[in-house]
Amino acid sequence: MKLRPATGRRLANLAVTLWAGACALTGIFILFWILYVVLSRGLGALNPAFFTQLPTPPGVSGGGLVNAMAGTLALTGGATLMAVPMGLMAGVYLAEFSDDSRVGDYSRFSTNVLMGMPSIIVGVFAYTLVVVPLGRFCGYAGALALAILMLPVITRTTEDMLRLVPNTLRESALALGAPRWKVTLAIVFRAAKSGLITGILLAVARVSGETAPLLFTALNSPYWFRSLGEPTPNLTVTIFNYAMSPYPDWQQMAWGASLLITFGVLIITILARFLLREKNDDR
Amino acid sequence: MTNLLTSTQNMPAYSDTSSLAIKISVRGLNFYYGSQQALFDNNLDIASQRVTAIIGPSGCGKSTHLRVYNRIYELYRDQRATGAVLLDGANILEPQYDIMELRRKIGMIFQKPTPFPMSVFDNVAYGLKLHYSLKKSEMADRVEESLSRAALWDEVKDIMHRPGTALSGGQQQRLCIARALAVEPEVLLMDEPTSAIDPIATAKIEELIHSLKESYTIVIVTHNMQQAARVSDFTAFFFQGRVIEFGETQTIFTKPSRKKTEEYITGRFG
Repeated sequence: MKLRPATGRRLANLAVTLWAGACALTGIFILFWILYVVLSRGLGALNPAFFTQLPTPPGVSGGGLVNAMAGTLALTGGATLMAVPMGLMAGVYLAEFSDDSRVGDYSRFSTNVLMGMPSIIVGVFAYTLVVVPLGRFCGYAGALALAILMLPVITRTTEDMLRLVPNTLRESALALGAPRWKVTLAIVFRAAKSGLITGILLAVARVSGETAPLLFTALNSPYWFRSLGEPTPNLTVTIFNYAMSPYPDWQQMAWGASLLITFGVLIITILARFLLREKNDDR
Repeated sequence: MTNLLTSTQNMPAYSDTSSLAIKISVRGLNFYYGSQQALFDNNLDIASQRVTAIIGPSGCGKSTHLRVYNRIYELYRDQRATGAVLLDGANILEPQYDIMELRRKIGMIFQKPTPFPMSVFDNVAYGLKLHYSLKKSEMADRVEESLSRAALWDEVKDIMHRPGTALSGGQQQRLCIARALAVEPEVLLMDEPTSAIDPIATAKIEELIHSLKESYTIVIVTHNMQQAARVSDFTAFFFQGRVIEFGETQTIFTKPSRKKTEEYITGRFG
């Protein structure tokens, strides 16, 4: 029996390695390209006025987007307040109490479907649910739409993180005579803490760049942010409007807002990674 | 000297448990994982303030048996037990038996140390807070007392605020013992408590078991026969889900009456 020459195998190995490496590099390259473009175009928009003043009409120089920043924070905050308690509890049910029952299976499946739901559809849903009956666009509808988008992310990460907690920990708390709910909230939650926070942060990162669900709900506004009960200024819809406008100073503003959102999301994601790594070091 | 067990079918070869008080009596216990039966008609008497060891080859049901005593198996939906486990005469398998009170009376130590993700102090205080309402100073006293009884106080008194997970494996296991002792149990169940820790820490825990039996009834599952011989007064030998032989440890290890027991303790299988 004649051995096959090694050259062919070596070449094949090299080819696959290069191909895989090139694909990975392309992905990374695109990310850095986007970051570079956003940074180089957006940096020019950042000045004290950008962070302190209201938007100006086209042609009037100066002005800023402080109202949209406040509005985006309020919308995301409101959505987080709605989605976190519900998502955590849904995750608790799936991980701790569903026992792989049929209800559990159905909820898990629906959560997965919801995770892939196009955000514009969620926007229309919130529109029908809140905007139509109220007869006006408002921030609450926007926050609701964002909350619906956050919910499945938080639910699934919560379930996954709780399932990582070893059963021996539950058993030893139960063996002390603790009721099941206390074991979950005091022991299991604590053991999974950084994972749960990571899930929430990722959900926040996921929705803070969303535009479509806000178009029919929070809309946008050039005025000061006062309450979520009225059309609410926000960064993403502002980017959408300004970028499509023919006015160079508005386009510049849109770049500035893009820079803000991109780096906001980047920072949240890095923070989430960092927390998770810290947790893994504990073990 | 009378045998404490009266006739039950399928009686194992019990030798005498002398005239000791009996803390736990197991009668006709069967256990199932789903449709698979793991324990068959177990009968056993656990003597008060003595150490009873349960030995046997892997998969013989010794841990399963122990996990019935505090009904910890109920965490898993497909596991169930039938028969009777009498704690001071009351059947703990009855659904109306208060499970929190049962678990206060019967503490458990697991194979791997399981410190809670909180400080050393809070680990011990956790169980106390569940069952008692104490003033801050009383709480601190009880925590100290429990740690002393678990022979850990001197090692941790200056690091009470540090996380329990930062202790060494042997210290963590003694922390778990202190945590179990804090709620003032009457029985301590130990499920291979030293299998995950080093020999020196094991020796400390064995010493501890020795001193604890004055106040507590201890049941220890171990795959280590020397350990059973060292720490226990009585030994039960399990094989394939059945209690094959039960008696004084010395008798079991020197003149076992069943062939299977002799084969196991002489290392012919298992």
